[in-house]
Amino acid sequence: MSEKKNWMPRWFYQLASPRWSYDIMGKLLPGFTVAALLFLVVGTVWALAFAPSDYQQGNSFRIIYIHVPSAVLAQSCYMMMAIAGAIGLIWKMKVADMVAKSCAPIGATMALLALATGAIWGKPTWGSWWVWDARLTSMLILLFLYLGVIALYSAIENEAMAAKSAAVLALVGLVNIPIIKYSVDWWNTLHQPATFKLTERPAMATEMWLPLLVMVIGFYCFFAVSLMMRTRNEILVRERRASWVKELVGKQ
Amino acid sequence: MSFESFSEFIAMGGHGFYVWLSYAIALIVIVINIVNPARQKKKIVSDLVRRLRRENKSS
Repeated sequence: MSEKKNWMPRWFYQLASPRWSYDIMGKLLPGFTVAALLFLVVGTVWALAFAPSDYQQGNSFRIIYIHVPSAVLAQSCYMMMAIAGAIGLIWKMKVADMVAKSCAPIGATMALLALATGAIWGKPTWGSWWVWDARLTSMLILLFLYLGVIALYSAIENEAMAAKSAAVLALVGLVNIPIIKYSVDWWNTLHQPATFKLTERPAMATEMWLPLLVMVIGFYCFFAVSLMMRTRNEILVRERRASWVKELVGKQ
Repeated sequence: MSFESFSEFIAMGGHGFYVWLSYAIALIVIVINIVNPARQKKKIVSDLVRRLRRENKSS
């Protein structure tokens, strides 16, 4: 008699259980909240008051400490949404669908924040709020992809159907991510090249990129907090008929 | 500190409007992303409590 082999680690199957996911996220939330608060407050004070000003751009350069973390997060969040959507498609894992759905509004607001701070930074630096540049345009497409995913979720009533369509759209839109990344290399652009590269030390001075790193970590922790809060809500709604939810609510 | 005085800090070398506007928008976006799900949770739980009471009464 052959037993079905377990290819995936145990936590992968545990994640498939809404109740286990709800509990583990509840345990992780306080730590991430403290970390997000700490990194964001320290990073903001450092960025605004202590980081040196740029010799060309002066103090408008300080916008980078919002602009880069939000742009990085908007893209990571998109990749997470697409991967979670794919897991939902392949393994029919409900929790993965809920994670994907919860990613969309956070990513959309992050893309919007990156575009808004980019425009505000562009005005004193380039003399214009907006240019139809490759980097800016591909980032705008990212925002539209997020809005498309959100629209699909609100338009399709059947939850499984909505998750499937949104996952397909997210996966197709994944081609936009390398386009955003390499847009500054492939096309002539006003936008400056990437600040952080995995292979090289940043071209910026240490006292400039260190607070940026703190802000990026803070944004990721904030993302974890918001994502877990939304996913837990989604679990409660979809599992409302389960006995463990009734028990949990009954205690309140 | 890269500023001599508080008024210089506010002025940001003439770019104060752009810098402070960016940080204000960032704060609003982050707060919305935390407050919204928190309020949503409150509503979900109170709806569930109401539904549970109704079920218990009818049974």
